[in-house]
Amino acid sequence: MTEAPPPIKVSAISRDAGPSPFARFIQDTEIDPRLVGMVGALLIIWIGFDLYAALVLGRGSVLLGSADGTAFLTPRNLWNLSVQTASIGIMATGMVLVIVTRNIDLSVGSIIGVTGMAMGLLQVEILPQYLGLGHWSIWMITVVAGIALGAVIGAFHGWLIAYRGIPSFIVTLGGLLVWRGMAFVAASGRTIAPVDSTFALLGGGPYGAIGSTGSWIVGLLGCAAVILMLVSGRASRRKHDFKLRPVWAEGFMALIGCGAILGAVLLVNAYPWPKGIVAAYGKATGQTLPEGTFISHGFAIPVLILIGVGILMTFLMTRTRFGRYVFAIGGNPEAAALAGINTRWVTLKIFALMGVLASFSAIVTSARQTSASNAMGELDELYVIAAAVIGGTSLAGGMGTIYGAILGALIILSLQSGMVLIGFGDGSYQKIVMGTVLVLAVYLDILYRKTIK
Amino acid sequence: MTTNGTPLVELRNISISFGGIKAVDHVTVDLYPGEVVGLLGHNGAGKSTLIKCLSGAYQKDGGDILINGEIVDIQNPRDARAQNIETIYQTLALADNLDAASNLFLGRELVTAMGFVDDSKMEAETRKIMARLNPNFRKFSVPVSALSGGQRQSVAIARAVYFNARILIMDEPTAALGPQETNMVSELIQELKAQGLGIFLIEHDIHNVMKLCDRASVMKNGQLVGTVNVNDVTDEEILGMIILGKKPARAA
Repeated sequence: MTEAPPPIKVSAISRDAGPSPFARFIQDTEIDPRLVGMVGALLIIWIGFDLYAALVLGRGSVLLGSADGTAFLTPRNLWNLSVQTASIGIMATGMVLVIVTRNIDLSVGSIIGVTGMAMGLLQVEILPQYLGLGHWSIWMITVVAGIALGAVIGAFHGWLIAYRGIPSFIVTLGGLLVWRGMAFVAASGRTIAPVDSTFALLGGGPYGAIGSTGSWIVGLLGCAAVILMLVSGRASRRKHDFKLRPVWAEGFMALIGCGAILGAVLLVNAYPWPKGIVAAYGKATGQTLPEGTFISHGFAIPVLILIGVGILMTFLMTRTRFGRYVFAIGGNPEAAALAGINTRWVTLKIFALMGVLASFSAIVTSARQTSASNAMGELDELYVIAAAVIGGTSLAGGMGTIYGAILGALIILSLQSGMVLIGFGDGSYQKIVMGTVLVLAVYLDILYRKTIK
Repeated sequence: MTTNGTPLVELRNISISFGGIKAVDHVTVDLYPGEVVGLLGHNGAGKSTLIKCLSGAYQKDGGDILINGEIVDIQNPRDARAQNIETIYQTLALADNLDAASNLFLGRELVTAMGFVDDSKMEAETRKIMARLNPNFRKFSVPVSALSGGQRQSVAIARAVYFNARILIMDEPTAALGPQETNMVSELIQELKAQGLGIFLIEHDIHNVMKLCDRASVMKNGQLVGTVNVNDVTDEEILGMIILGKKPARAA
């Protein structure tokens, strides 16, 4: 009788398999473990608020199947959360670059105030004098002027920091005070309202969202982009004979990416216009809409701005020389200079970009409240810095990701809106929780970095 | 060694001061193609400072830099690179958070037709040059902070060699290396020399100087003690120049 030889190969393979299935999974899919941690934290926060509202306060809960208007995980609440995240998220992407190069920008909230105020005055009091009220070009001129102002202020900060050698902490602390004061002086503390009606769409709201069809188009384009990226990435690796990801891992990434995108589309499409808006819309367009007509919000325009900014900034950081230089300066400023990088010029550009992004946030914020006030963006700098840091940006420099900062913003805003929802919205508790979470998040990150070393 | 004709590099009467202290005081050294010139002296003698004027890290206060007999203006590291001057710094000057390929091409990234950085191409090129310089090098996708001293050194050397340098400056290239890696660097220096590069070598180990260098320029307190043909002097005489600042009479 001949017996088959023992399957030696199996044991060899299983030894190759490494320490744990999870580690192997992370290795094969090449997912950033920190991303898994952040998504996990976000889900815990969401589920926690939903269950707390149900079990402690006796309200509705989506998870327990008793959803009503007061639950946390409703399309309405999550849609509002996405709009609230836009302003902080947009700025957090820029703060990543600032912090990666071992700088800080404390002035972004005040830049919101001054650019928002300038845009308010321009579109409400100045342009209508020359163009007439409600002229079609008012919103465009306003937006361009606001962005230009943000760029100039940021570039000025960058120039003081890079070419005059004043520490960024001091320059932007000064900026925090100066620009906030300017925002007040510009209109003697008045609130400027109402903003141009087209401009107001940039802030979200039922009309400032792209509706069901538009959201499906955006979602399908997003899925196509995910698949295209995976395919071209694989092709590029094959071309240079690098190790390929296992096919199942590629498929998994495609599934997760497309699943998240389509899930978001379903969510924002599940949030209908309120009855009053439907009726007003019907009247304005001369249609007779039956009682209970379901019109989806779809993605809000500020959220699309955030997504667009996030994609562009990711591209900037990972695919351009500028992004490479930002990381190099953060890792070793001296080495970057010796490699022929004009570190001062790069620093100036980073702060100018931060100013531009702050003006984007000013557009979103003032459009959302349909007015401009000198208090806009107050304390935003702290949330923005916290978002970047919670998102894994290292204050020691050299490390940070755009998607991390956006997730960080989402985590912070989830905490904030959840605290309001469960009745701790008066500010003091919010501050206590936020402060604790910030320190805890950074501590966990430090622990994580120690273990991977 | 022939030292006739136009030198590849001539640093003529170079001076540079920091806060009133003359770090380099009217120093003249030159370098011919296919030659290794050792720069020797105690810590603080001014060798690294002198060489940083050539690599663009510092701007000289006085004197001229001549390449192939023509005065050139080197204001920053980019100007130096444009003259095909490559430098391996003592600190290696690597961005620790970036991988080997990003460091190798830092400031000179390969880009696609659309102008975006071509990471795959750069990694492929890095693999090629590393296969030649240090075949054991495998860690292409981790930050260089995760590499050993020798591996980091090979990244720094690869960076200098890849871009077809004509003039190579090496600031204590073997200081952090084990014996085997030191041998590798020695062989590389010989090979590059045979290819016609001119090499300035800052080196403390007198045996390496005797082995690798054709001439040696000794500095003390910012001034040039003298330049000697290594074959004409003993290692004791060179040590005497370094320690006492006295040039041996017969080599003058």
